[in-house]
Amino acid sequence: MPVAQIPLEQSLFLAALLFVLGLIGVLTRRNVIWILMCLEIMLNAAGLGFVAAGARWGQPDGQVFFILILAVAAANVSVGLALILRVFREYGSLDADRLKELRE
Amino acid sequence: METTFYIAAAVATVATFMVIVSTNAIHALLNLIVSLLGVAVIFFVLGAPFAAALEVIIYAGAIMVLFVFVVMMLNVGDAVVQEKRWLTPRVWFVPGVLSAILFIQLASILLTGDKLNATGSVMTEAGPVGAALYGPYLLAVELASMLLLAGLVGAYHLARREREEERY
Repeated sequence: MPVAQIPLEQSLFLAALLFVLGLIGVLTRRNVIWILMCLEIMLNAAGLGFVAAGARWGQPDGQVFFILILAVAAANVSVGLALILRVFREYGSLDADRLKELRE
Repeated sequence: METTFYIAAAVATVATFMVIVSTNAIHALLNLIVSLLGVAVIFFVLGAPFAAALEVIIYAGAIMVLFVFVVMMLNVGDAVVQEKRWLTPRVWFVPGVLSAILFIQLASILLTGDKLNATGSVMTEAGPVGAALYGPYLLAVELASMLLLAGLVGAYHLARREREEERY
């Protein structure tokens, strides 16, 4: 199976672009579901950077760290969605601006 | 094969942009799944087929499915009008400027520095990755499993409904 020869800076450029798009989403959106989604975009972009860097040297270390990022993202999403369920049950809305105080 | 990389990169970028500007939650999730599949194609083309398979199976196949379930449970797809009301053109200005500054810095560092070597000269299959996981990165695997256990217990405890007669 032929493997493409992509300059590393182009792969990292793509990772930076996706990361910045996710960052814009986290800062802009008010719905907590979107904030969590854009957080996942950022984590995926970081993983892309790692895999590209590992592929440049032909070593599996990049993929190993991608697996660890995947585990962190999975734990992040599960706890985040559980918290979103609690927020929805307490406040009835998914507005991040409603979550201003720890106790009402 | 290089065109495959550029096409998949364009698909991933457009899909990610559609996620951040979309007002319908289900559409945004489907666009995010498309973006993840595009990145999986990029992984495969760079010579990391194991990472590509994991991206599809775990990220697009489990984590996003979890998202879809919660979105459908909370009926977030009905909140399109609310999302349009919250997403005025004014809210994009400051985050856009800050992120653009960050992106310009990153892009200038990456594209004007010394030319780096090309990625993807070899195909790093699942065998060497598995050997690395059982070898030098064994501690990291154990820690990741503990993290996942903590996430499991935490998610279960946070999301369960309390019954009136049993409060521990």
